[in-house]
Amino acid sequence: MTDETPPDETQKIDEERDALLADLSEGLNEILIESHLRPHEDLWIRVDKNHWQDAAQIAKSMGFAYFGFISAIDWQLAPEGRYEDTEFDGGLDEEEDPVEPDNSTGYAGGETRFQLLMQLYSLERQLGLVVKADLGDDMTVDSVREVFPGADWHERETHEMFGISFAGHPTLQPLYLPTEFEGHPLRKDFPLLARQVKPWPGVVDIEEIPEHLEAQLEAEVMAAFEANGGAS
Amino acid sequence: MTATSDREQMAYVSAQAADARVNVELDTGDMTLNIGPQHPATHGTLRIACQLDGEQVVVAEPIMGYMHRGYEKLCEVRTYPQCTTLINRIDWLGSFANEVPFILAAERLMEVEAPPRAQWIRTILFELSRIANLALFLGDMGVQIGALTPVFFAFRDRERVLNQIEEVTGGRFHPNFDRIGGLKDDLPKGWIEETHAVMIKMRTFCDEMEDLLVGNEIFQARCRGVGVIPSDVALGYGLSGANLRASGVDWDLRRDANPGLAWNEVDWKVWTHPDGDSFARYWVRLQETREATRIVDQLLGGIPSGPIMAKVPRIIKVPAGEAYLSTENPLGEMGYYVVSKGDLGPFRVKIRTPSFNNISVVPWVMKGVYVPDVITILGSLYFILGDIDR
Amino acid sequence: MSLLALAYWQETGIKLGLALAVIPTTSLVLVYLFLFKMMAFMQSRLGPNDTGPYGSLQLIAEAIKFLQKEDIHPAQADRRVFRMAPVVVLASTFLLYVVLPAGPDAVVENLDTGVFYAMAVSSLSVLGILMAGWASANKYALLGGLRAAGQLIAYELPLILAVMGVVVQAESLNLQRIVEAQATGEIFGFGAIGNPFILTQFLAFLIFMIAAQAELTQTPFDMPVAETELVGGFHIEYTGFRFLLFFMAEFGTAFAFAALASVMFLGGWWIPGFDVDDNILNILGPGVMLGKILLISFFIFWVRFTYPRLREDQLQKFAWKVLIPLALANIVLTGIFKVVF
Repeated sequence: MTDETPPDETQKIDEERDALLADLSEGLNEILIESHLRPHEDLWIRVDKNHWQDAAQIAKSMGFAYFGFISAIDWQLAPEGRYEDTEFDGGLDEEEDPVEPDNSTGYAGGETRFQLLMQLYSLERQLGLVVKADLGDDMTVDSVREVFPGADWHERETHEMFGISFAGHPTLQPLYLPTEFEGHPLRKDFPLLARQVKPWPGVVDIEEIPEHLEAQLEAEVMAAFEANGGAS
Repeated sequence: MTATSDREQMAYVSAQAADARVNVELDTGDMTLNIGPQHPATHGTLRIACQLDGEQVVVAEPIMGYMHRGYEKLCEVRTYPQCTTLINRIDWLGSFANEVPFILAAERLMEVEAPPRAQWIRTILFELSRIANLALFLGDMGVQIGALTPVFFAFRDRERVLNQIEEVTGGRFHPNFDRIGGLKDDLPKGWIEETHAVMIKMRTFCDEMEDLLVGNEIFQARCRGVGVIPSDVALGYGLSGANLRASGVDWDLRRDANPGLAWNEVDWKVWTHPDGDSFARYWVRLQETREATRIVDQLLGGIPSGPIMAKVPRIIKVPAGEAYLSTENPLGEMGYYVVSKGDLGPFRVKIRTPSFNNISVVPWVMKGVYVPDVITILGSLYFILGDIDR
Repeated sequence: MSLLALAYWQETGIKLGLALAVIPTTSLVLVYLFLFKMMAFMQSRLGPNDTGPYGSLQLIAEAIKFLQKEDIHPAQADRRVFRMAPVVVLASTFLLYVVLPAGPDAVVENLDTGVFYAMAVSSLSVLGILMAGWASANKYALLGGLRAAGQLIAYELPLILAVMGVVVQAESLNLQRIVEAQATGEIFGFGAIGNPFILTQFLAFLIFMIAAQAELTQTPFDMPVAETELVGGFHIEYTGFRFLLFFMAEFGTAFAFAALASVMFLGGWWIPGFDVDDNILNILGPGVMLGKILLISFFIFWVRFTYPRLREDQLQKFAWKVLIPLALANIVLTGIFKVVF
């Protein structure tokens, strides 16, 4: 049920978050599908999409009363990639291995393309919590506006940016975009026209250092590094 | 789509009008007043569509997006170091503070930690940008309710802080100084003494503001009891920063979330105010500015020696993972949810800005207030448009 | 009566010419001295101190700027009313100057009901402001105009009631007689400095100044023009020369009210403790008046640059619940003292 913590020998046991996770699994019961914990950093849980509102309600009753944000992630890989195959970027990458498409869906992730995110804080525990839910094909989820009034605008934003519907939200109007705007800009298949029209010489600024200077530069950097931080 | 949603909007508006705490017996007809998008009180291009009954607000609905720049999308096609250029421009009055949480999130994913000296200097610059940002608020709040003089004092004294930031970073507004693993440069010579002097000036400025505004009866008459936000509403809407603390919630990410900078090394206090009104918000920010000068003073005294840059590869590739990191920025909780797939740049960045949540409370808090109070409440909630629209 | 024994029309012509020259000059003096120099100094603004020697060219620069601006009418505006409004406001200011005495004979028209007249014409400006607010076809302007009307009416009362105390003590509505009453009067038998009514009518002076501040829509009471709320209120749609007319009227009226205050409370053209010939006073008087006016306007503008602005309902409460009862009490007290002593 729970992912293993990343194999890092320096990390200690995070008792607070372990206790929190135990409490949450008890409180959320079968709503909780999966969880992930990075010790001393953050806790992710994934809940059943059909009980999204219940999960929010239960989390709130468990002390997670402080609303952070709601958003979503589109895990599909963008067809255009990162727009790095322009003339400017050519020849930068030496390793020419065909990159394995990474289809993972993040911590505590499921199978679907769209993942809903909600971040909450518990002031008593002084801990944050990221609640996730996998969205099915109907792209609809219950609104948590009744639980956290601040979710109103976040749900509107998520709606216009990803096309996710929130059942029970009275005004799923565009928040940022013009009313007649078509498409959902933060979906990965929404092309970034500016990049298509004009290639971005973006990665060029990490240009190769000439070979005859490399050793010298390395030595300088190391000298500065070891000289206890230079002047002042 | 448009027609139905317009009708829905009307239904929503009239449903809210029924809730409003206004006298609706007189059939006088409401007037719609658009405050903004080009209005001096909206700091840019926020628009508040107000339904007015006389001078009383029935419904106030903020409408934004006039400056939406799509930073979340743009970050997806940039490398990590390039993202900071955009991020600088979110809250343009406290730019350095914007960079820090993003860089910290990337560092967390890379499992890199900046050396202590860099952490301290980061914290100092962070607090300096807080002072520069809040100083403008302290003066600007005066203008919002009609006192012209404080804002000129604010601009005068804020310039000194900006000069100090410029001396280190080379940029007054958009330093772009923070790097994954440390900082671009070390402090210049003599900077510490100058900054001490500036901090003394800023404390004098805070005293001036206390004399000019906080102690002024008209200011109190205009602000006390105006725009009261109880603590449970503040939490539900996710208000952050001084807006939350002015509602009596003792929550400061600098102290409580421990993002890893040098705040724990110095002695300082989180100020709260029980009232939750506009006056409380002003008062808390005033105390915070003072407290920030004290933090800077203490930090300046004990900057550890050492390198300012950890050893990071020249071409930064962040390992796959997710991290949400937020810090207590001048405006409130600024957080970045960074999703990496091991590329040169992030796979997805969700920018959680303080002003977005802070302004979302406007429809709730502005029911039944007068038009001048709209300005007072907007001023005291303190938003920056780049921070709402991203 | 007249020094030069001119015909009536000649004398009137000279007086009118002088008045027409004096009114714009006075508002320019106030703008230069207080709006530019004093405000720049108080607020550490740089510009107004730097243009030309002692910032003297700033004024010309501003005037040129205003004259260059395009004259814009909003499409929906009632053009005739829109154009008339600034003139009406300015006319009210001009009419005020008619009764202001600058010396024993240096007055355009020595009306027997001078105080009454001044109060009456000063409230004419409300008409112009309402016209501007309505004709602009702008919601902010409308709100501003309505606020101005409500405010000016509310503050007309304490203004008049405060003046009543002075009138009772001077036993005249004539401004010249009020000055003479101060020159020849005595405070409980002590007459060395006469009786400037600021000493015996201090409460009335305070009420008058507060009400005048509201009448002039200066800062603690500047809701009709509140630039951060109504973006300028009734003059939001005015540009260039028409805006300049409003601007001149504002400062011209400020000067006139400072003059009224100095006539009624500081003894006008009369110098305390000096008993000199009328003809000399006709020459010295304007200078003395100017000094007193500048002193009073200094306070008006000092308050303007220091205080935030009240809310409209708070202002009405203040007028009706504080100022008017106080002014009434002042009249009663003055009456009792007048009868008893």
